Amino acid sequence: MGKAANKIRVLMTKIGLDGHDRGVRMVCRALRDAGLEVIYTGPWQTPEGVAETALQEDIDIIGISSLAYDHVLTPKLITALKEKGLNNTPVILGGIIPDEDEKMLKECGVAGIFHPGSELDDIVEFISSTAVEYKTRI
Amino acid sequence: MSTSNNKIAEWEASYKKSLEMRPEIKKDFKNLSDMTLKPIYTPKNIDDDYIAKLGFPGEYPYTRGIYTGMYRTAFWNKRLLLGFEGPEVFNRRQKELIKAGQTALNIAPDSPFFRGLDVDQVDKELVGTTGVPINALVDMEIALEGIPLDKISIGCNDAGPFTWPAMVFALAEKQGIPLTAINGTSNQSDFISHYVSLHMFFRFGLEGHLRILVDHIKYCTEKVPGWNPLSIVGQHMQQAGATPLQALAFTLSSAIFYVDQCVKAGLDVDAFAKRFSFFFDISISLFEESAKFRAGRRIWAKILKERFKSKISRTQLFKFHAQTSGTELTRQQPLNNIARVCVQALGAILGGCQSLHTDAYDEALQSPSEEAARIALMTQNILAEESGVGDVIDPLGGSYYVESLTNEMEEKAWEYIKNIDAMGGMLEAIKTGYIQKEIGNASYTNQRMIEKKERVIVGLNKYQIDQKLDIRPTHTKPNQAAVEKHINRIKSLRINRNQAKAQDALHYFDEAAKNPSLNLFEAVVDGIKADLTNGEIIAKLREIYGFGRPLVIN
Repeated sequence: MGKAANKIRVLMTKIGLDGHDRGVRMVCRALRDAGLEVIYTGPWQTPEGVAETALQEDIDIIGISSLAYDHVLTPKLITALKEKGLNNTPVILGGIIPDEDEKMLKECGVAGIFHPGSELDDIVEFISSTAVEYKTRI
Repeated sequence: MSTSNNKIAEWEASYKKSLEMRPEIKKDFKNLSDMTLKPIYTPKNIDDDYIAKLGFPGEYPYTRGIYTGMYRTAFWNKRLLLGFEGPEVFNRRQKELIKAGQTALNIAPDSPFFRGLDVDQVDKELVGTTGVPINALVDMEIALEGIPLDKISIGCNDAGPFTWPAMVFALAEKQGIPLTAINGTSNQSDFISHYVSLHMFFRFGLEGHLRILVDHIKYCTEKVPGWNPLSIVGQHMQQAGATPLQALAFTLSSAIFYVDQCVKAGLDVDAFAKRFSFFFDISISLFEESAKFRAGRRIWAKILKERFKSKISRTQLFKFHAQTSGTELTRQQPLNNIARVCVQALGAILGGCQSLHTDAYDEALQSPSEEAARIALMTQNILAEESGVGDVIDPLGGSYYVESLTNEMEEKAWEYIKNIDAMGGMLEAIKTGYIQKEIGNASYTNQRMIEKKERVIVGLNKYQIDQKLDIRPTHTKPNQAAVEKHINRIKSLRINRNQAKAQDALHYFDEAAKNPSLNLFEAVVDGIKADLTNGEIIAKLREIYGFGRPLVIN
């Protein structure tokens, strides 16, 4: 499948064991409304599976939604991405992320964190600009 | 009456005129269920037939409450949803909360349990983070040590195959307590609500869930008469974005589906439906929530009496547990959430709830801290014992506004219910994606309204303060040594139990699944007694019924 020229392809997902997906569905909808290409995997994905999908689908940026602590698996996802050579695919997080974990997440390479109360347009803008920024890094 | 009508019209005209000088502060006055609110309600807006519409507490159609004495004779059950780290911590925290006024338990499982996995089958960092891992009878024994099973109602958040209720029953037997003395609820047993909002995972195929639920209802009806085997859940839907009206209507449609299933399985409605209970979310929209519950009682009573020909009044009672809305809590100025939770809780109490969970103020940031959970409980104590809210039964009854809202809630809920009936019932409506779409749209509209400041959230889109002034709650992670200990306990259980007995119990599932005259939930109880784990039992059911899958994507 050919990729539409310059269109940003976003992979939205939930890794781990929780299924609460109100937030991720809303973000998907806002991204689509803004003209981005969105693939939503549904919940209960493994880090390795998400990395594989990112590779297969030629993804520009990955959004992880977490309500019930699954954010702690993010380092595993970033390792899995590196193993597939996707060193330059940014990962962002949204949901209930305790303050104490922010530092660890940023250090392992998370490009941005969105907490409850974030505005959809801000998330869309951040995803678009971050995807473009990482693409031009190459 | 005509004079009074003229008088009302006269006042309405003068109200309109007054707006020329002082315009209204909002573009339109609407509640969360998109109902337009008038500036004032009068006798014109309500029915005259008091007995048919309202009646008395404990009497059909139960608008004013399901029990005659309501909170004058007993408060609602104060029941916090709780679970963290492991069974030991759970036990200590429950005992402390009982001392602080908690009157019932509500056991929250961690994500591995939700997913049908044991603690040694998942990433360690997820164990015990958002609930308590209780994987086998040995764990439940620790979790409930010293808590009198015959004196406290136990809510088990288990979407099926109900290994937790089975553990409670097995534990009672071990302690010599008769099953007839046990009270509690299989909370979250309404598996179709999970197909709508995915909060908990449907652990195995749909056919298996249906079978085990009906068998669980049969088992409890015969052996554990004080247990509510079915809790029909509107909470997931409202937390996923449904309006209070939608959550009420969809939940009642689910309830109709379950009654149908039990009747089809040969049960008499008056034998089982009295143990059905409901579980709802409570938003901060105070009067709307109270009206939702008042309307719910009236509709459910009518459904049972008119549609299912129930003859016993106890069958027609709309018993419900309520939980304050977590999605309305803010990360900004988290202590403000204490005020929000208080108003939400008040909506449920004025709505006549039987059982109540109040959220901890730090839930938009993390899993509740001990201090925050205690404050949530104390909020209920203050409402119950300081405010006098329970001194008079159904204090909102007779309010022109609330009665009118109750009527409107009822009418519009019936519209949804009839619409879903026409689609072939709730399960069919979910299969087409209709319910999910309705909820998704409501949730998106709500989010955009907040962003456009058409809906004010204090501290988020209005009255923001410097972030440095925000008080942040303390955060605790599960103790890794305790988690390791717990994992080792499950591993050694699998090695040291009576293997012949465990294998027999496992094989019995195949037999019970094939033979409809056997009770599949009985196989779960036997399995638990033989020290099978939750993960093993679910793995077995997945072997028989396949893995649960979403009915529709998006």
